[in-house]
Amino acid sequence: MPDLSINFAGIKSPNPFWLASAPPTNSGYQVMKAFDAGWGGAVWKTLGVPVVNVSSRYGSVDYRDKRMMGFNNIELISDRPLADNLREIEEVKKRFPHHAVIASLMVQSRQEWHDIVRDAENAGSDGIELNFGCPHGMCERGMGSAVGQEPEVLQTIVEWVMEVARIPVIVKLTPNISDITEPAMAARRGGANAISLINTIQSIVGVDLDLFAPYPIVDGKGSNGGYCGPAVKPIALNMVKNCAQHPDVRLPISGIGGIETWRDAVEHILLGASSVQVCTAAMHYGFGIIREMTSGLEQYMSEKGFRTIDDMVGRALPNVKHWEDLNLKYKVTAHINPDKCIGCQLCYTACEDGAHQAIKLNAGTRIPEIIDENCVGCNLCSLVCPVEQCITMERRDDGTQHQTWKERTAADDIPVTFNDERAGGLHHWVPEPAAALGKEKHKTLPGKARQYQEVVVTE
Amino acid sequence: MAEYATPTTEQEFAENFAQLKPLMSNSEALLESSRCLFCFDAPCIKACPSGIDIPLFIRQINSGNATGAARTIYEANYFGNACGKVCPTEVLCEGSCVYTATGAKPIEIGRLQSHATRQVIDQGKHLFQPGAPTGFRVAVIGAGPAGISCACELRKLGHEVEVFEAKSKPSGLTLYGVAPYKITNEETLAEMAYLEAQFGFRVHYNHAISTRPDLEKLEQAYDVIFLGIGLGHTSSLGLPGEDRENCVGAVEFIEQLRIRQEQTTVGRKVIVLGGGNTAMDAASESARLGAEKVVLAYRRGKEEMGAYEFEYDLAKGVGVQGLFNVAPLEIVGNGKVEGVKFVRTATLNGQVQTVPGSEFVEACDMVIKATGQAKQTSFLSLIPELQVDGKGRIVFNPNTGQTTNPRYFASGDAANGGAEVVNAAAEAKAAAHGIHQYLTKSHLSS
Repeated sequence: MPDLSINFAGIKSPNPFWLASAPPTNSGYQVMKAFDAGWGGAVWKTLGVPVVNVSSRYGSVDYRDKRMMGFNNIELISDRPLADNLREIEEVKKRFPHHAVIASLMVQSRQEWHDIVRDAENAGSDGIELNFGCPHGMCERGMGSAVGQEPEVLQTIVEWVMEVARIPVIVKLTPNISDITEPAMAARRGGANAISLINTIQSIVGVDLDLFAPYPIVDGKGSNGGYCGPAVKPIALNMVKNCAQHPDVRLPISGIGGIETWRDAVEHILLGASSVQVCTAAMHYGFGIIREMTSGLEQYMSEKGFRTIDDMVGRALPNVKHWEDLNLKYKVTAHINPDKCIGCQLCYTACEDGAHQAIKLNAGTRIPEIIDENCVGCNLCSLVCPVEQCITMERRDDGTQHQTWKERTAADDIPVTFNDERAGGLHHWVPEPAAALGKEKHKTLPGKARQYQEVVVTE
Repeated sequence: MAEYATPTTEQEFAENFAQLKPLMSNSEALLESSRCLFCFDAPCIKACPSGIDIPLFIRQINSGNATGAARTIYEANYFGNACGKVCPTEVLCEGSCVYTATGAKPIEIGRLQSHATRQVIDQGKHLFQPGAPTGFRVAVIGAGPAGISCACELRKLGHEVEVFEAKSKPSGLTLYGVAPYKITNEETLAEMAYLEAQFGFRVHYNHAISTRPDLEKLEQAYDVIFLGIGLGHTSSLGLPGEDRENCVGAVEFIEQLRIRQEQTTVGRKVIVLGGGNTAMDAASESARLGAEKVVLAYRRGKEEMGAYEFEYDLAKGVGVQGLFNVAPLEIVGNGKVEGVKFVRTATLNGQVQTVPGSEFVEACDMVIKATGQAKQTSFLSLIPELQVDGKGRIVFNPNTGQTTNPRYFASGDAANGGAEVVNAAAEAKAAAHGIHQYLTKSHLSS
C-alpha cells in the first residue's frame, strides 16, 4: 500500500491534495467539510486588508456541452474579518491536527506583514503562503501580482516575512510574467522555504454578444479576471517544470493549475511538484472529487511501484529537453487499423487541410489510407481520430541512430541555405497549388450538399 | 393484450399516440449536438434523399445558431420539420451515422432537425421570400409534400403559383396518412402555414381537378402544370365479402384517424392485411385505439415483409401479433365482418403457393386492408401525350420532373410509385428547377 502522506518543506499532510487559496477555503465550515471528505490540506482564502467585492464574480469557458473548461474570477481576497478567520483556523487545527492548514496572506507594509505572520502562526497555521499572484483588484493597490511581477519587491517582502516567520513560508507566483524562474529565484534569495504556482492568468473569458461586455458582467461592464480551470493545466505544467529544472531555484514546489483528476495531479508531480493544489474542480463538483483523486493516485503508485510521493516527484524532468536535444533520426508514421476505423474521415480532412496531405481516400471504402512517404509523423490524425487506438504512430527507424541539432551544430553539419541537401523541407513533397482547386468537388462538401446541375428539358 | 385503453378524450388520445420523436429541449439539443463528429463527406448527408447538410446544421445548433440550422435544413427540404419527425431516419441518416460502427447510439438527427425547425416556425421567423416576378404562371395539382415543395421552390424562383387541392387541408399524407405518433396535425399544419406565409402561393382547397374540362382550364391559364397528385384509394383485393361493413382500406382508416382522432372507431379484434409500413402503422394504430387483439396477416414470411424492421418492432411493442404465410380468400360474415378465411402458403423458388386443404377462418370484427394504393391512371389518361409505365407510374425525367407531355411535370408518389415524404420533397424541388429551365428557356427561344 503506497504512502500518500507528504512532508512539504516541513508542512505535513496525509495526502498531497490541498485546496488552493480560493472560495472553497473561505471559512472553517468549508475547510472542515473538505478535511472530512478526505482532502489533505487547505490554503486558507487570503487574509489581509479589508476589501469590498462586486456582485457577479465568475465567468466560464464552455466547450460544446462541457461546462467550465476554463474559469475566471474577479473576486478579491477574503472579505471576512481577520479575527473570524484566525479563530476558525484555530478551531480547524484543533479538530484536524494532522491536516495541513496554510494561511495565505497579503498586506502592504513591513509592520503589517510582521503582524499578520504572527497572527497566522498564533492561530496554529502549519505554514504561510504569500499571495503575490492575484491579477485583479489587489494589484491596483500595490499587492498581489504587482509584487509577483517585480522580483526585487518580491524578495524584499519575503525578507520581511522571514524576519518573523517560525513556520514554513511558501511564495505563490503569478504566471503573468515572461520568465517564471525570475520571481522563483527572488523567492529563494529572500529566504522562502517553497514556492507554489501558478496563480491565475489575466483573462477575458468571453464577451456578451448582446451587451457588448466581457464576462462576468457587473452592471453592463466587466474587467479582466484571473483564469484557471482545466484549460490552464498546460501552462501550469510548463512553469512548474521551468522552476523544477532551474538550478538556482531548488525549492519545493506546490503545483497548481488545472488539476481535476489524479492524472492531472500525477503530471504535476512528475514535473517536480511535491504537493498539489486544487480549486476549480472543487468549485465545480464539490469536495467529493477527492475520492477519485486519492484512489487514482494510490492505484497508479501501486502499479508503478512507487512507495511514497517523493519517489515520483520530478520523474519526467530528465525527459523534458530543449528542442535542440531531440533525436532527429527518430521517425514515426501513422497507421490506421481498418478493423477499428468507423469511416468519419476526420483524419483525412485534418491531414489534407491542416497538415501534410499524407492521407488519401480510395473508391469503394470509407477507410482512408496513409501515404507513408508523405507522412512526417506529426500525430495530427491520431489526435483527431475519435476511436481509441485506431490510428497509432508506428516507429519506422531502426533505433540505432541518434543525432541532435545541437550535435549537428557542433559538428558544423547544419543546412545554411534552403537548397542545401541537408535542409529539412527540401525533399518533402507538396502538391502543386492549383491541384487544390475542385479536388473534393465530387465529395459532398459541407455547405453545398446538393446543387441542381444544369438540367435539360424538352421544349 | 390491450396494452391501451380506448381513448375517449383528446388527452387520452395524445397519451396513446405519444410522439415517438418528441421535441428536444435546448439542453438536450446541446448535449446531443455536442456528440456530432462533423465527418468529412458525411454518410448522413449521402443517406438523406434531400441531401440536407446535416453536420452543418448540427454544428449550427451547437454554436447557438438554431435559426441558421433551420435555414440549412429548409434550403434543402421544405418539409424540414415534418421529415425530422416522420422520416425513417433509422434506415436513412441515423442508420448511416458512423457512431453505429462503434456500438454507440447514432446522433438523433431527426429530433435535432425538428428542434431547429420548430424554433423558427414557433417564432414565425421568416427565412425566405419570393423571387422577383417572372410573369410565368404554374398550376400545381395537389398540396402534398410534392406539390407544396414544388410551389415553394417555384415561388423562390419568382414564378406565380396556384395550388389546387381536393381536400380541405394541405400537406397530403403528412396529415392524412402518417401515424399520429409520428407527427401531430397541429405541427404539420403549422409548418404549412409557415411556408405559405413566406412564399405566398395560393392554395384552392376543396378544389378537385378531376375532369378533362378542369385540365383544359388549367392548360389555358397556366404555362406549366405540376402533378403532385399522389396515389389513390386502397386497391381492391377482389375477394368475396370485401364490401362487408368494417372491411376498410388502411389509407382510408388512417385518414379517419387523423381527422376524427379519439372519435375513430376500431374493432375489438382487428386483422390487418399486408406487410408494408402502412400495414404496420394501421396495426399499431388499432392497438393504440384500444383493440383487444390485432393480427397482422402477411402472405409471406416475416423476413420478406416490405416494412422496415423498426416499424415491425414498433407494432410488436404495442402487442400486435404476426400471422405469416397466409393468404386471404374471403372476408366472411353476415353483413358485418366476422372473420377472414385464410389459406396457408409456402414459398417455393420465390413463388408463393397456397397449401391445399389448409384453409381456416380467423375471427375478427374489423379488417384493414393495407395492400397498397391504386394509381390514378384514369385521371392521368385525361392528359394528352402523358405516358404511364406498366405499374401505373407517370413516366418522367427524374432530373427535371418533366413528363412525356412537356408542359406537365410530376414528382412524388404519382411518379415514384410511393415513397417517403422526403423523397417527394426532394424530387419536387428538382422538378421546380426543371420547370424553371423549361419556362425561361422556351421564353428565350420564342
